This record gives sequence, structure tokens and C-alpha cells, in this order.
Amino acid sequence: MSKDKRKKELINEEKPYKKKLIKRRKPNRSIAGDIVLYLFLLFVAFVMAFPIIYAVSSALKPLDELFKFPPRIFAQHPTLDNFSDLFVTMGKSWVTFSRYLFNTVFITAVGTIGHLLVASMGAFVLAKYEFPGNQAFFKLVTVAMMFTGYVTQIPNYLILNKLGWIDTYWSIIIPAFASPMGLFLMKQFMEGLPTSLIEAAKIDGANEWKVFSGIVMPNVKPAWMTLIIFSVQALWNNKASTYIYSEERKTLVYALQQIQSGGIARTGQGAAVLVVVMIVPIIIFVFSESQILETMASSGLKD
Amino acid sequence: MKEFFSKYVTLKKYNATVAWKKAKNRKMCYLFLLPYAVLFTMFYVFPVVASIYYSFTYYNILESPRFIGLSNYISLILEDDIFLIGVKNTFLIAIITGPLGYIMSFLFAWLINELPRWVRSVAVIVFYAPSIAGNCYVIFSVFFRGDAYGYVNAALINLGLIDTPKLWLIDPKYMLPICMLVILWMSLGTGFLSFVAGLQGVDRSQFEAGYMDGVKNRWQELWYITLPNMKPMLMFGAVMSITQAFGVCDVTMALCGYPSTDYAARTIVTHLFDYGFSRFEMGYACAIATILFLMMILCNKAIQSMLRRVGT
Repeated sequence: MSKDKRKKELINEEKPYKKKLIKRRKPNRSIAGDIVLYLFLLFVAFVMAFPIIYAVSSALKPLDELFKFPPRIFAQHPTLDNFSDLFVTMGKSWVTFSRYLFNTVFITAVGTIGHLLVASMGAFVLAKYEFPGNQAFFKLVTVAMMFTGYVTQIPNYLILNKLGWIDTYWSIIIPAFASPMGLFLMKQFMEGLPTSLIEAAKIDGANEWKVFSGIVMPNVKPAWMTLIIFSVQALWNNKASTYIYSEERKTLVYALQQIQSGGIARTGQGAAVLVVVMIVPIIIFVFSESQILETMASSGLKD
Repeated sequence: MKEFFSKYVTLKKYNATVAWKKAKNRKMCYLFLLPYAVLFTMFYVFPVVASIYYSFTYYNILESPRFIGLSNYISLILEDDIFLIGVKNTFLIAIITGPLGYIMSFLFAWLINELPRWVRSVAVIVFYAPSIAGNCYVIFSVFFRGDAYGYVNAALINLGLIDTPKLWLIDPKYMLPICMLVILWMSLGTGFLSFVAGLQGVDRSQFEAGYMDGVKNRWQELWYITLPNMKPMLMFGAVMSITQAFGVCDVTMALCGYPSTDYAARTIVTHLFDYGFSRFEMGYACAIATILFLMMILCNKAIQSMLRRVGT
């Protein structure tokens, strides 16, 4: 082998990154188009992020800066005063902050666990077994995703009233178990599991429950996470003001938003409320993004 | 004819016995499905049926429902001007923000698809965050405040486009466009996630085959390869965005007030709340709910049959 050739090979080996970059570019893309599109994307990303950034920055503004004219976007002397004021205000209400927090955490936790269990049991048989009524039931669930919860709110109220659950936590928790979105995503994800896995377990003498709890559930962890996140998001943001009217059973979000509507004197605290309310779902999403995306890959609706 | 009929009955009977036997063999399946099925029927199927039933009655919770035929519907359509405003607004919002939000979801999912992995996950967070940020949209009432403190007013005055501050959220002229803007800001939701994930799953060898067959630029690639592969996700995203577009009420209530000036920002759902939970005319509210339900289902069916033709 000639020396030159070896040298060339060495160079090629030394710069694998550059080579990869060129290879990764698809051959039918124009560079000008790429630049224009990515600049556009950057601009849109800024516009999308701006209100959230603004909310965070105004929560950090001291009171005199909130009403400064001309208004500024970023706080010059950021403080956490608004947050401490918020806790002082919450502490003065006759239902304590910890009680509101407990209500929300209880509703969210119980609702999510129940939803996960009930929906994945249903999804398991819908995805992996053939039985009469299987297809029809799933069709019905997809139809239920096509209308908003507002349509059923009044009859729901009447039903919950008949059951005697109005003004209890159950009025929020139990309907949350049956959310069609969770069953849908779980079923679609479970269909991706190889059937041979289940058959092998059956030959080894496992019954349906064993298959479900020992084989299927450990293999669909991404779908768990997705269900948990969607359920937590829905329940955390649930104001529950139509079904629960006792102050001591109301949720944190409701109490916080009451503070927000306290007028101009509470502008700073209101901004702090916005941050407190939005931070929980966003943080959960940040930590579980890859699992959610893995589940959503099987979310397609076939005809 | 009679013979045909009896044959038909025998066939049906036979099918039913087969189904029954199969069902008997699969008792466990029904047991597994039972908890979900019961709750689902109780809180999703039954309420829809109940809502249709109550829509033909006069019901105020205190007295038992009294059957009054179609008169709820007749007064909704012929006498209730505010409901018609609500329908008009809901349709305007749905027609503008629904398709736009849907296209935005797909476009951004598609544009970030070719970015490196970590940039992509940051971008997903940035685009998705508004839709899960609780009631962060009330921050827009600061931007669109009616006095010179509002950012939009201040900017427009500084540019010399207007000389007095505009009452963005009180003047009926501007309410709906501002609400639409906010709804668009929040429209990259579950459908967007579905698109991002779906685009990652498109088989790469198809693109390579595409280059061989002479796909010249990214737009051709999008139409002939990417979109047909994404059909199931496109369907799912459409369902999500229609459901969202017809259910608008939080944003309009938070920004424009409840009730808004001249009912200019009233939507069907706001009207439903008004009659259901303020005036306790449950029968009337159920008629509104039924109309909304029918609108959403029909719209979904129409969009789905349209989407089946994508990429052909």
C-alpha cells in the first residue's frame, strides 16, 4: 500500500465528525432553504417562549418595577418577594395552604393511580385478545375523544349528585379514571408488543392476570409515564369549582386563582401564582419527554 | 322473499351463537375490561344519552323534568340571539384556529425533525409548554391592557400608528382576533407531540428510495413520502385540534370577561355554562350541549374523510 493512500485514510479517520455531518445532510436540500427555515423557526420559538419568560420575569419583579413606566420586560433587581408574599397571603386564609395542597395532591395521586390501573387493564385485553365487542368498544372510545368534556358536564353533575358524590373528592377522581385518552394511548402502545411474548408465558402456565402484571405492564413503562403525565396535568389544573363547593375541599389551583383575581394590589402575587401553577406540569414534562414521545409514536388513528 | 328472510334469520342466529361461545371462552377478557367499561359508560356514554333526553324537556333540578318536545331547539335557533352569536364566534374560532393550529403543529414538528437530538428536545419543550402552562394565558391581558401601560398599546403609540390607547379586551372589534391569537399560541398540544414522534418513526429507506426516483426538494419529499406515512398521526392530530377548537371558553372568559361586552366573545360553551350553572335551566343547557356534540362529531367525520385522500 502506498504511503499517500494510507495518509488519506488516516485523515479520513481522524475527521469522522465532519464526514458524518456531510453524510447526514439529505442530498435534496438547499442550504439557502435550510437557513431561511431555521431562522423562521428560531423566531417562532422566541415568540412562543416570550409570554412564559415574561410571566417568570414579572414574578421576580419587585412591586415598584411592576408599575414602572415605560414598562420593562426583564426585572432589574429580581427578588423572591412575590412568592413569600403569596405564602403570607395563603397563610392568612382560614383554610390553610397545606390543606389546599393536600387536596390537590390527593386528587391527583389517587386519580392518576386508579386511571393507570383501570385503563391499562382495559387496554390490555382490547389490544391483545379477540373477543366479540372488542372493536365496537374501542370505536366508542375513539368517538369519546372527539367531543369535549363540556358536553357531558351537566348530566355528569346530575349523576354525581344521584351518587351523593357532589362536594367530595370522588366527584373529580372517579370520572378521571375513565378518561378515553389514556386507554387509547395505552392500547395503541400495547399493540406493538410481540404476541409471542404473551403466548410463551401462557405455555408456561401463567393466567391472564399474571401475564398482565408480570409481562405486559413491565414492558410498557413509557406508556405508563405518558398516562401519568397526562392525568397529572389534567388533575393538577382542575379547578373543581363546579363539583366541589366546600372551601376546605377546594384545590390549590382554585385557591391560587382566587388570589390572582384580587386586583391591582396583588399583581405581583398573581404573577407568582402563574409560575407556581405552570411549573409543575412543565417540569414533569421535561423529565419524561423521551418516554412520552416513544408512546406518542404509536398514537396514530387507523381507519 | 320469505325464504330469503328465513335464511337471513338463520345466519344471524348462527353468528350470534358463535359470538356467544367465543364470549364464553373469553370471560377473563370481559372481567379485565369491566371496571373501565362501567366507568366509561357511566361518565361518557350515559351522559351523552341523558343530555339528548333532557334536551327535550324543561328541567330546573327542583321539579322533575317535563317533556316539551322540540321547543328548546326551536327557541335556541329562532329566538336566542345570543346563542347565534355564540355559534358564529365558535365557528369563526374553530375555522381559523383549528386548521391553522393543526398546520402549525405539523409544520413545526416537521421542521424540528431534522435538528440534532438535544436541540429537538429543547424545541419540543418550548413549543409544547404553552399548552400545559395552566392559566398562563392571562399574561396576555397584560400585553393587551387598555391603557398606555399595555405593551401593545405602548409599542403602537411609539411607532406612531395610533395616538390614543385602544381598549383591546373591551372593544368588541378586537376581542375575537386577540382570543384567536392566544388560542393559536396554545395550540401545539397533544397532536404536536404525536407528529414529532410519528416523524421520527418514518422509515429512512423510503427517503433514500425517493432520492433515486427523483424527489427534487423537501416539499416533494413532504407530499409524496412523509405525509402518506403520517396518515394515522394526522388523523389523531385532527381529532385533537377539532376537539380543542370547538371547546374554547377558558381563554375568552379569562381575557374578555364573563359575560363579555355585547356578548362579543361568547362561545357555545360559555352559553352552556350560563344556562347550566347560572340559570339552572338544565333542559335548555342540554339542548346546547347536544348541538355542540353533533357539530363536533360531524366535523370530525368530515375531516377524516378528507384526510384519507392525503398524498394521493
